[in-house]
Amino acid sequence: MSTAPLNEIGQEFVKNKIGLAGIGILVALFIISIVAVLTIPLDTLKTWNNPESWLEFPKIALPAWINLFLSEKIPEHQILTNSKDSHYSEDELAIFSQEFSVVYEFDDFPNDFIYEFTAKYYGAPLLQISVLRPDDTTIELLSRSLPYSEATIHHERIFSTDDTIKKNIFLQAEKFGFPLSDISAEQVVFSESSSQKVLNGRYVFLIRLVDVSSESEIVDSSLILGGKVFGFVGTDELRRDLSVGLLWGTPLALFIGIAVAIGSVVMGLLYGVYAGFIGKKTDETMMRFNDVIYALPALPFLIILAVTISNSIFVMIGFLMIFGWVGIAKVSRSMALQIKTRQYVEASKIMGQRSSKIILRHILPQLLPYAFASVAISVPAAITTEAGLSFLGLGDPSFPTWGQILHDASIHGAAARGLWWWVIPPGLMIAVTGLAFVFIGNALDTIVNPRLKR
Amino acid sequence: MFGVLMATLLLTIVLVGSNMDVILKQGVAFQVRNEITQNPAVASNFASADEFEKFVQEQIDQRSKALGLDAPWYSPQRVGLTIYKILILDFGRATFLTSDSGSSDVKDILLEKIPKTILLFTTATIIISIIGIFLGSLASSKINSKTDRITSTFAVVSSSFPVWWIGMIMIFVFAFVYHLFPARATPSVLPSDSGYIAALLYHMTLPLITIVLIGFGSWAYLVRNFMIGTLQEDFVIAKKTIGINQKKIVYGHALKNAAPPIVTILALSLSGSLGGAIITEAVFDWPGMGRLYFDAISVMDLPVIIGATYVLTIFFLASIFVADLLYGYFDPRVKTS
Repeated sequence: MSTAPLNEIGQEFVKNKIGLAGIGILVALFIISIVAVLTIPLDTLKTWNNPESWLEFPKIALPAWINLFLSEKIPEHQILTNSKDSHYSEDELAIFSQEFSVVYEFDDFPNDFIYEFTAKYYGAPLLQISVLRPDDTTIELLSRSLPYSEATIHHERIFSTDDTIKKNIFLQAEKFGFPLSDISAEQVVFSESSSQKVLNGRYVFLIRLVDVSSESEIVDSSLILGGKVFGFVGTDELRRDLSVGLLWGTPLALFIGIAVAIGSVVMGLLYGVYAGFIGKKTDETMMRFNDVIYALPALPFLIILAVTISNSIFVMIGFLMIFGWVGIAKVSRSMALQIKTRQYVEASKIMGQRSSKIILRHILPQLLPYAFASVAISVPAAITTEAGLSFLGLGDPSFPTWGQILHDASIHGAAARGLWWWVIPPGLMIAVTGLAFVFIGNALDTIVNPRLKR
Repeated sequence: MFGVLMATLLLTIVLVGSNMDVILKQGVAFQVRNEITQNPAVASNFASADEFEKFVQEQIDQRSKALGLDAPWYSPQRVGLTIYKILILDFGRATFLTSDSGSSDVKDILLEKIPKTILLFTTATIIISIIGIFLGSLASSKINSKTDRITSTFAVVSSSFPVWWIGMIMIFVFAFVYHLFPARATPSVLPSDSGYIAALLYHMTLPLITIVLIGFGSWAYLVRNFMIGTLQEDFVIAKKTIGINQKKIVYGHALKNAAPPIVTILALSLSGSLGGAIITEAVFDWPGMGRLYFDAISVMDLPVIIGATYVLTIFFLASIFVADLLYGYFDPRVKTS
């Protein structure tokens, strides 16, 4: 075990390609974390386990980029929120109109379309929905009044499976050259007029709120075209956008890993050095205690602790530390035993310096390189252990980690059903994060342990 | 060593004891109420609801006293009794779990699960260590060669993947894409049928491949690092100069010298393999010790938890002991000091 000064280690580290690769990955992960924290509000994360907040997302949708590799483009799930709104009057009627325009370029029909809106009105205004298709035909979809009330805010979702829509389409059957019975609304709306094939091009959904007073308006609305691919990593069985979980998992995993590693290394280092330096009876008892902890089966005990005490993420970090410091204490004790016999330590002892000062001034600095290497090496273990606990369903439900995504995947049988986009990305993130620290740790280790260098 | 065993047991009892008591007491109360409601004649004898409630409470207290639940779980008698019983290998009856044959005796449950765990994990550990020792020696004899680089890279990469995630990927590839192996590792055939062993082996293939795939890399890396140290020693260089075959030096002389730490790790991992792997078993649904442990913890079945912890700790300590003995055999310097 060499005790090279820190700046020398830094110089050697720069020469080590694997170590630099590790640093590179780590920097990338930190950037992802920052992006996640800045772009995705914490509130979105808190609603991760609330199915209500994911209603407008598709169920088990593939990632959108899959279309790049397919000749038959799978329809993408689209949530349109920016509409062209206008207010105008016509024959003494005040009309509030919205236009959603979308270019549809896929080889299959959408699953459905949903118009979700919040309207503010008095009385019972008329809601009309029609669609202008690429072949310049217009299909009236819906025309009905909203429920009568005095001053209200009305929220509603109109689904393409709505009976009125179906009836209205059936009444316009002369526009289509094929029988419309047994075909759902979206398959008619997005079809060519001569035969039942997908008609690509620009569709404009026109929504009109007709009323006598001009105060009625649609406050908030969105048009959802249900598809089978969505976003960068797709969605899961519970319609959750997996990219949110994956992105937020990065800072969480880094936090857990680094906190546990630093905590257990500091604990182990102080414990081991103190035991080694004081020696005799103290050393003996401290090391026996160490042996007891060492002999405990870690994972079963972690599970018991998580079940009986708490599964909060912060408490869990503490538990992981309890099992992390043991090995480090053993090594640092034996290193302290060696350093203790050096002359300058003995000299300062004779000079009457306090033990705490000798430990902090003379022994600990010598162990720093080893400490850095062990921090880097402990991080992956901490991350995988936490992921493992979460995988068993013992994770903190208010912070979705990668392990929890895999837990959900596992209980929904994602692997056996072939939902690869639900299984592969979280595990890959765990592995890549672990790899970054293993690389750094290995690089440090070869510098600190010259025997392995050959 | 005995102290370590006791400390582990005590800690387990401390951790699960209080929850266990609450659950047991609720169980007793439920049982009593159930019996009384099934017998309407008892209820009609009481004038008021209060009186009836009092009677029920008395019954509950009586029953819990008979079970020794009146003393708190941390009372010396109860803890002492539990530990004494465990020492004479009487694990008692499981509260909720039963073995496949229907027995609720913890000993039966353990005896049923351990062979299955040995079948999968101990086999895997043996395969891993054989491949690992061979590959590690090969890599150390040709440092910086292609073999060495590939082994080291593979070791580093594989050690950072969680085994259970690789398990999920394996299920995806071999059960979903190619339909080669079943996704669940528990055979659907009954244990009494003649084809049971074949079915079990067939179901075992996928988890076995997964564990070996993830495990052998780090083994090879460890062996390589020990061997590099040994191969730098004077006696190896001397043998080389005499002209002894390189293979003979590596596998015959150097390997024997690097044996002590390797044997220690082998002993530890073999004993560790008996505990199964909770998470891996959960992924493949393998009915071994790990699965038992997890089930026991999730329903707070104290006798099973204590029994399993006890058995595992004994195995662990025994293997440390065996490793120490073997260490002395391979490295006689240890004996004299």
